[in-house]
Amino acid sequence: MPDLATNATPMLDIRHLRIEATSFPPGEAPRNVVLVDEVSVSVQKGKVLGLIGESGAGKSTIGLSSMSYGRGGVRLTGGEVLLNGRDIRQADGAALRVLRGKEVTYVAQSAAAAFNPAKRLMEQVIETTLHHRVMTRAEAEKRAIELFKKLGLPNPETIGNRYPHQVSGGQLQRVMTAMALCPKPDLVVFDEPTTALDVTTQIDVLAAIKDAIRDTGVAALYITHDLAVVAQIADNILVLRHGKAVEYGTTDQIINHPQQAYTQALVSVRSIDHNEKLATTPILQVASVTARYRGTNFDVLKDVTVDLSPGQTLAVVGESGSGKSTLARAITGLLPPRAGEIRFDGRVLSADLANRTKDDLRELQMIYQMADTAMNPRQTVASIIGRPLEFYFGLSGEAKRVRLQELMDQIEMGAGFADRYPAELSGGQKQRVCIARALAAKPKLIICDEVTSALDPLVADGILKLLLDLQAREGVAYLFITHDLATVRAIADRIAVMYKGQVVRYGQKSDVLSPPFDDYTDLLLSSVPEMKLGWLEQVIKSRKMESAGN
Amino acid sequence: MTRIPLSALIGLTFTGAYFFCAIFAAWIAPYGMAEAIGDSWEPWSQAHWLGTDSIGRDLLSRMIWGGQTTIFVAAAATVLSFSLGTILGFTAAVRGGWVDQLLSRGVDLMMSIPSLISALVVLSVLPTTLPVLILVMGILDSTRVFRLSRAVAVDITVMDYVEAARLRGEKQGWIILREILPNALSPLVAEMGLRFIFAVLFISTLSFLGLGVQPPMADWGGIVKENKEGIVYGIPAALIPAFAIATLAISVNLVADWILNRTASLKGGRSA
Repeated sequence: MPDLATNATPMLDIRHLRIEATSFPPGEAPRNVVLVDEVSVSVQKGKVLGLIGESGAGKSTIGLSSMSYGRGGVRLTGGEVLLNGRDIRQADGAALRVLRGKEVTYVAQSAAAAFNPAKRLMEQVIETTLHHRVMTRAEAEKRAIELFKKLGLPNPETIGNRYPHQVSGGQLQRVMTAMALCPKPDLVVFDEPTTALDVTTQIDVLAAIKDAIRDTGVAALYITHDLAVVAQIADNILVLRHGKAVEYGTTDQIINHPQQAYTQALVSVRSIDHNEKLATTPILQVASVTARYRGTNFDVLKDVTVDLSPGQTLAVVGESGSGKSTLARAITGLLPPRAGEIRFDGRVLSADLANRTKDDLRELQMIYQMADTAMNPRQTVASIIGRPLEFYFGLSGEAKRVRLQELMDQIEMGAGFADRYPAELSGGQKQRVCIARALAAKPKLIICDEVTSALDPLVADGILKLLLDLQAREGVAYLFITHDLATVRAIADRIAVMYKGQVVRYGQKSDVLSPPFDDYTDLLLSSVPEMKLGWLEQVIKSRKMESAGN
Repeated sequence: MTRIPLSALIGLTFTGAYFFCAIFAAWIAPYGMAEAIGDSWEPWSQAHWLGTDSIGRDLLSRMIWGGQTTIFVAAAATVLSFSLGTILGFTAAVRGGWVDQLLSRGVDLMMSIPSLISALVVLSVLPTTLPVLILVMGILDSTRVFRLSRAVAVDITVMDYVEAARLRGEKQGWIILREILPNALSPLVAEMGLRFIFAVLFISTLSFLGLGVQPPMADWGGIVKENKEGIVYGIPAALIPAFAIATLAISVNLVADWILNRTASLKGGRSA
């Protein structure tokens, strides 16, 4: 491990930290699990440390340990947490109350869930500052407005009078950053502050946070699963896996010269090569479809026309609210369009789900973003995958068992999983089971709605490879909805870029992804974080339009 | 199978004992239901463990026969209210639209009249036989089950796996029975324990008011009514059914709690 310490005493110095929790597996005796083991890390004043790893790596747990806090039964059982030179790991409640929200503050992932919807923003931004008597109310409000300005929020003088629902997600995240910076803390913990945001909004927030950190000279822990994001903002990076430190170094070392195999895999993620195929007679034709939700008075889809050839992938790209998922709902029949028609395999699909034939239903399958909610938690893997077999093909007994085994092999999961419940599977395995359920129907088209966005990068990579592999073998077409352009590059043959319910750019992948670009596509393309230093500044300088969600 | 906790064990023992007595009343009860065998309000003795009642019937036998009537009526009414309430509640949640409106507003209308009052009105017109009692109680109680099951099912119908089943082309019945019911079971089981006890109290109340089980048939509410004058003279006969109702209520709920815990911690169940 390289020695990153300079001669000054570090602001935060974590030494040999060990964090444990008690797990209560159903039907078994409670047991102790070690979440974090032997992690040592330090942050100097004014520096940013990035904590990176997949879910369960212990990133947030370590982040919260900097204020000596353990979520829901998590205990800090060993090592030292030195904040400004004093050990706070075993500090008593009174001492911690003084420190939390004054010396160390926290920015949560979901700003929408972290704000009290019944109070105005200003009240909440200055609440801890007033509570700790750092400033008077007038001073605190003045500082808050300064911070709003610094964070690039519109109408900084008056935005504090709004309620959380009256500002956008990206703005709310910046307001929360202002809240964290308001009491002039020594250290701010950012816990995935941009993960829930659209890619185009993410860079604005990222740039705002970076400037604010620089201007206020605060030290920060920046927690994320996205190495490209942390590369833009951190001075040093600690790579974590299963609660242990994998690699610790300066950002330049980690990005450009990773030593450990795991870090190298993280850096080179999304390196799938996919050669686009040329369009043939389409299997799906969406012609001038316009749709709106019941009880609203505006069209969520406006005159959308796309088509998709058999055995190919059409990627539908756009930020949230662009109508991507609504297009999927229109095609599946959940939302009958107001105008236009959808042709599938040469026949016109009935607009309404209820009037479609069993074959229409069978040949058009769907895979969801959240595999957790897409599977009945009370059914085993075998009954989840087996149901389409019974339902569409009337299989039972031995024939069903054989086909089930075949499907389990296709998703690269052994027979041992057949009797498990969804809760006993990992995120990637859950998504694989959903893929198998779709495949069981022998579909001609599968609609994939953000199927990899809830997964860790390496797991998502595995899922994409599996999907491509299955496409090559089964000849199934994918309508792939995503906001992630890296994914699009990896799998698409054709691309439709959507913006505010319209298709703004559509064609073969190579055409869509090569200049000249329209302004929106340019924004979207340039907003995807790249794994190199200084990318953020470059993009902010050169872009032509603001994000729609800003 | 994990160990049964002590509270559940106590609950199971008492509930089991009450149900056993109720089912095998004809064999267990030392005397017939309406046999007068002694003086009124005889004290506890070797021959009559709980003494005799206002007109000289053996109180223990009355309690056992009464338990049979009370528990049977309450159980039948609970089964009826749950079948009716969950079927309609789930249908309302799954179908939505005007079906939901019609059912929900109908239930609101029924619930706006206190159930005891509507029961009294209905029972004063209809002949008070056991089937009528069960029907009235079951229907009145099903409104509460409807509300609960609809609320639970509305949360479940928006899940992706229900949408997936719809896209697959599954019939309404399958969606209700296979996708929604297993996930709604935990709160329903807990409610079932509670509603059964409310049914016991309700039938007892009706009998006490004279509109429930008719003499000479025994039931716990009726026994309180027959012996209430005795309290003035320090005769505890009227308190014995009250004690039975209380212990039954507690023990049934101990069992319901345990079942709830068990189903909630099933593999794949909701956490916590």
